Amino acid sequence: MATGPRSGPPDRPPGSAPDITHHKKRYGERLALLGLGGSAALSVGITIAIVVALVRPSIDFFREVSFSEFLTGTRWAPTFADADFGVLPLITGTLWTTFIGLTIAVPLGLGAAIYLSEYAHDRVRKILKPVLEILAGIPSVVYGYFALYFVAPVLLKDLLNLEVGTFSVLAAGLVLGVMIIPTVASLSEDAMSAVPQALRQGSYALGANRMRTTLRVVFPAAISGITASIVLGLSRAVGETMIVALAAGTRAQIVTAPTGNGQTMTGFIAQTATGESSPGSLTYNTLFAVGLLLFVITLIINLIAASIVRRIREVY
Amino acid sequence: MATIGSLAGQPMRAERYGDRSFGSIAFLIALWAAVGFAVLTLGVLLVDSMLDGAVRLDGALFTRYSSQILPETAGARAAILGSAWVIAVTATLAIPLGVAAGVYLEEFADPKRWYNKLIEVNLTNLAAVPAIVYGMLTAGLALSIGLERRVVLAGGIALALLILPVIIIATRESVRAVPQEIRDGSLALGATPLQTVWRQTLPSAVPGIATGAILALSRALGEAAPLLLLGGLVFVNYDPDGLFSGFTTLPIQIFNWASQPQLAFQQVASAAIIVMLILLLMMNALAIFIRNRYQKRW
Amino acid sequence: MATFSTRTPAGTSDASASDGAARATADARAAVPSSPEREDHLRATGGLTHHVRDRHVAPEIDPVMACENVDVYYGDFRAVTNVSLEFGKNEITALIGPSGCGKSTLIRSLNRMNDLVEGARVEGRVTYHDKNIYDRDVDPIEVRRRIGMVFQKPNPFPKSIYDNIAYGPRVTGMKVDSMDEVVEESLTRAALWDEVKDKLKQSAFGLSGGQQQRLCIARTLAVKPDVILMDEPASALDPIATARIEDLMLELREDFAIVVVTHNMQQAARVADRTAFFTALAAEGSGDRTGLLVEYDVTRNIFQNPRDKRTEDYISGRFG
Repeated sequence: MATGPRSGPPDRPPGSAPDITHHKKRYGERLALLGLGGSAALSVGITIAIVVALVRPSIDFFREVSFSEFLTGTRWAPTFADADFGVLPLITGTLWTTFIGLTIAVPLGLGAAIYLSEYAHDRVRKILKPVLEILAGIPSVVYGYFALYFVAPVLLKDLLNLEVGTFSVLAAGLVLGVMIIPTVASLSEDAMSAVPQALRQGSYALGANRMRTTLRVVFPAAISGITASIVLGLSRAVGETMIVALAAGTRAQIVTAPTGNGQTMTGFIAQTATGESSPGSLTYNTLFAVGLLLFVITLIINLIAASIVRRIREVY
Repeated sequence: MATIGSLAGQPMRAERYGDRSFGSIAFLIALWAAVGFAVLTLGVLLVDSMLDGAVRLDGALFTRYSSQILPETAGARAAILGSAWVIAVTATLAIPLGVAAGVYLEEFADPKRWYNKLIEVNLTNLAAVPAIVYGMLTAGLALSIGLERRVVLAGGIALALLILPVIIIATRESVRAVPQEIRDGSLALGATPLQTVWRQTLPSAVPGIATGAILALSRALGEAAPLLLLGGLVFVNYDPDGLFSGFTTLPIQIFNWASQPQLAFQQVASAAIIVMLILLLMMNALAIFIRNRYQKRW
Repeated sequence: MATFSTRTPAGTSDASASDGAARATADARAAVPSSPEREDHLRATGGLTHHVRDRHVAPEIDPVMACENVDVYYGDFRAVTNVSLEFGKNEITALIGPSGCGKSTLIRSLNRMNDLVEGARVEGRVTYHDKNIYDRDVDPIEVRRRIGMVFQKPNPFPKSIYDNIAYGPRVTGMKVDSMDEVVEESLTRAALWDEVKDKLKQSAFGLSGGQQQRLCIARTLAVKPDVILMDEPASALDPIATARIEDLMLELREDFAIVVVTHNMQQAARVADRTAFFTALAAEGSGDRTGLLVEYDVTRNIFQNPRDKRTEDYISGRFG
């Protein structure tokens, strides 16, 4: 069949064996690999840099303000002449918005996830999934605007007749919850979809209906992923800035009711950062001290999440 | 013939599942309510945000600068240009670094080595760090190098660091999707692993990477928190003219305007929101187009 | 009860072989040494001897590659044990045996493709022109250039036909006067030129399965190896494409040493000069199976005069 020139082995002086030992040093190769590895190692560098960047001004801060005042004081007024640096008010603000947010995000997010995973027809999925993706893609400033100019005045004050001012942790918390719904929903849905069909069929074969199967078989089987999604949502809620900066409040005070005005940790950072703050000043250092606290809190949340996921996975 | 397997994937009608009991129906209604609420909220949010601003969708929005005293004619020109500049810097920094890191982790890293495990742990943590912390990181960095922090370059760096984990993940998934047989074929011919990645694996992964990168950049476009410490000069009334120029971006400008009590500022904020949402829509459409058109089905 | 599970294109001879096996089971287990009765018996099983070509195979082998006491491990698991073989220049050597007896593992160890697998390790010597390819100073990239490989499932690159062929020479830095000529030469040698010469710039994915596999062979030829390894090259192809691949193998034999793993005994009988039969030893308790070379000889002897009972059992279909 072959009529063309031979495409055979290379011509070689008879008797000599081909040399397969290393000749090309391939420096370019090694350099490129170094570059690739370096890019990956950058992530470690970034983490270190975050810690350093936050800790340095914080050290200066804690030279002027004691730990106990910071962590246990109940008055936060860092920019006043008679300054107080108790961070608890900010923490209550964050707690309220986060709590309200999760009250919205968890039931609705899980509900959407269950519906998508167990009940929805393809036609509905085609609409619902993009809706969730759009919700996830809306910038937080837009949510903040919505909280401030619609949820607070129209929804809460006019429609529900609540005693809220322009700013309230309730308005901010509700919108924060909506923003987090996609996070909870998509991760939970992934977890539930990954449950093998055989488990569901086993349940149906025993005579359970869909609701029971979902709640008693699928949900527990996916609990690891679902928990992870909730904790991730929690982490996002704590770290979210724009919504609370716009709508939660500017007054740092111990918040006692959802209708109250309250500044959160992130809100404080946002509202102070836009003002003048020169490096080295107490205001600047205060900012970073709160930032460090925020970072530590979210880090702890994430570590707890990781360990919950690991432990539940082993049990299951 | 419909087999058990093919039926199993389709949710069937309620009757076949024995969903007639009161509890089941109530449950279903609750689920519908959850879903409906999400959809409804999205609708109300979009409509409301845009209604307020319709009145200010005029030329001045694009050509004029912001102004403290004349909110009626304030414009987002500086913000739009500033966003463009910053996103350009972000893309230039984040995409090469993210792709390189993703390729390394997926193709070259031995997952059992301690340093690679450390990198993985770090990436997971970084993905969950609040956005504002990246701004503080960059401010601190700028300070220690002696750089001015309220400049375009700093803003680009902060956002690049923010979206780096996203790009790494997108790269890894796209690279992972390339079948091993392609790599085997290349290596069996006498190509080095790096040649194989550069000439076969990566080109095949490009559509997925591009999609992920565009989506990451669209997220960066909407972020304000990291830039507050870096570009927070409230009223910028000039075009950015270089990496070391002061700047503002659309989301920051919106934040500033929305914080003001006057109705006119509320309106122009809303108008700027419309502009920003349209930009985001275009970017997302582009990403989806690329994915549908170029994604290789193996 | 053994089942004859070989995938063969010639279905009918299969059926007769298994019928013959059933009949032969009733016969006494014949003694292993060759005897006229045994030869008759093997022929009567409708067996494979009529496939074996009447080709003169030199009794003395002129090896271009060899294995000396080769063990291949994946971590602690020994996949292949104590293999000693030689692969002759300008010969086709077939590796046959039931599934799971390490044939693919072994062949992938011949061009260091097994290096890519986590925890893979080779003990013993695998020599190429008398040089152990696992020596420290050996460049595995160079090894793979010189010992080519064709895979079970055709794996063309998502590029044009031309670029598929040109890829090897480009990445290995081969000096070519005219890439067009190299491409034409390789495609011609792989019996594919006439079918694709007008569509060189089109995607390789547009070719049929058999054409793609010939493309992969042409691709390998372009980097000028002197050994070609084939891991079940035709098992994913239809009978006609398979026949063309086998014809191609016989032609390529004139310039290359070819090692082919095949599940298809008829194929081995048709094309191979020498055949190595492997079986699997089950480890006690764990069920892990280690591959073991049972017999290695000129093909005619393997199929007509096997020395080992296990070989005979496999050939005659008592187990698959």
